[in-house]
Amino acid sequence: MSEMKIVSGNFAAAYGAKLSRVEVVAAYPITPQTEVVEKIAQLVSEGEMDAEYVMVESEHSAMAACIAASNTGARAYTASSAHGLALMHELLIWASGARLPVVMTNINRAMGPPWSVWADHHDTLAQKGTGQMQFFCENNQEVLDSVIMAYKIGEDAEIMLPSMVVEDAFILSHTKEPVEIYDQELVDEFLPSYDPEYKLDVERPFGFGSLGMPDWYMDFRYKIAEAFEKAPDKIEKVNKEFSEIFGNDNGGLIEEYKTDGVDVLIVTMGSISSTSKDVIDELRAEGHNIGLARLRTFRPFPVEKFRKITKGVNVVGVMDRSYTFGHGGDAAREIKDALYGHRDLILKDYIVGLGGRDMTPKILKNIMLDAISLQDKGLDNEIEWVDLRINQERWRR
Amino acid sequence: MIEIRFHGRGGQGAVTASEFLARAAFNEGNDVQAFPMYGVERRGAPVTAFTRIDSKAVRNKAQIHEPDVVIVMDMALLDAVDVTAGLKPGGKVILNTGKAPEELKKTLGVDNPVYTVDASSIAVQHRLGSKVAPIVNTAILGAVVKATGLVKIESLLDVVREDAPVKKKENAKATQQAYDEVRGENHD
Repeated sequence: MSEMKIVSGNFAAAYGAKLSRVEVVAAYPITPQTEVVEKIAQLVSEGEMDAEYVMVESEHSAMAACIAASNTGARAYTASSAHGLALMHELLIWASGARLPVVMTNINRAMGPPWSVWADHHDTLAQKGTGQMQFFCENNQEVLDSVIMAYKIGEDAEIMLPSMVVEDAFILSHTKEPVEIYDQELVDEFLPSYDPEYKLDVERPFGFGSLGMPDWYMDFRYKIAEAFEKAPDKIEKVNKEFSEIFGNDNGGLIEEYKTDGVDVLIVTMGSISSTSKDVIDELRAEGHNIGLARLRTFRPFPVEKFRKITKGVNVVGVMDRSYTFGHGGDAAREIKDALYGHRDLILKDYIVGLGGRDMTPKILKNIMLDAISLQDKGLDNEIEWVDLRINQERWRR
Repeated sequence: MIEIRFHGRGGQGAVTASEFLARAAFNEGNDVQAFPMYGVERRGAPVTAFTRIDSKAVRNKAQIHEPDVVIVMDMALLDAVDVTAGLKPGGKVILNTGKAPEELKKTLGVDNPVYTVDASSIAVQHRLGSKVAPIVNTAILGAVVKATGLVKIESLLDVVREDAPVKKKENAKATQQAYDEVRGENHD
């Protein structure tokens, strides 16, 4: 029997790992991720979860242990945040190169200095080139759901890729809300045990991680690129199957919220999306033709889907909770790239909520009204930093 | 949507109080959300926690800036924190003190309905925490429920009996006693 529990995003991640019947967990604690691994350690020690819990001395070792475990055909899980994730960087690339479907939860937290433990997407987006699939969650239910789905997608023989399921620090990780903890049998049916074609097995020996000479290396990389090309369809298919069985549709690549025939399309990621939906309803009630696209899957980037949902749109307003120095907000840049040569529209990038700055409905509404105003006045600035100390008066009025 | 803000000190159980209230409201069929102020919590330091309750889906994930209800679990906080900041007109304030509500109304300088209950004494009476540092969360919640009618007292007592980590019976008694003893607008 499924059960409704009021749990934090951190506990939702732990329950997602439990329901996925992960076999090996290796992790190192870091704020605000600590509760994920504490909860798993508790579940393992109480015998509620049948997994090997490996204590390690760093995040780098955590992913190394997961890679080794996955290589033997075990389902492996870890969790981290910010500086811990940065330390893991080398192994994130290794996991995808070795085609190992390890799943990790990253709690999106700002990078120091100055030290910050609060929500910011830069830690995850700094890893966008590592060959990890990346799923941004909007609420705690989606955190649990996405861990289960990430194994299903990643372990598909045509995909074989690792995933990062990410949630915003504190806003999800420490906020308690109702979450459905599914019936284990139902999850087992959806997600059978992991049985890879190639693994470390003394009965059937293979070599792993060996040298790739110049006449081979490039072809291995091409195989990974091919898997990423197949992933969007797989993600949509798994999302559909999941929603049919469990009743929760998390949106697959992009969740479309009231986007049919809109003039203005707002793009958000993570927890801001949830608050934004209330604001979209308010603006629509005031007569504005506006809708919201929640960018859920950042890797693979949903290029085709963006082309499709921007048909007939005049203005795209993108909210980026990250900034890549010398370039701009990550989502806005990639959306522009996807639309190049396909759409003639105005696109504005709003840099918001870095380091946990609170994104209130009022600020969100002012951003959306600004995007609406561009229809008449045209693009004023390509990038605007919202709610800085020097311009707070404008965005909070 | 009803938005509630708890002011306490690390160790008094403000975060747990925000969760218990959410659970009771959820069990009555509402959508809920409970969260601490995103800080670095330490024992004795000021702690702020929040609860949202709505019959519709709670989607707002911003912090609460204009609460409908404010709860003060430690009176010494009045010198350090502007506890009524952003309080909605007509929003209620519930404080842990043996003083009369009228007196507190003057201290706070507000026209809002003010309620008081000596939750610390009630907690000590039921041996919750120590005399120096009583755990007042289950007591103050009884007063909150009486003052606001947000949930039925039975719903709250069920949650306290089920989820209080220790001394379930004593905690439930403290909740009931504070419910009975709270003073304010219509409860003198």
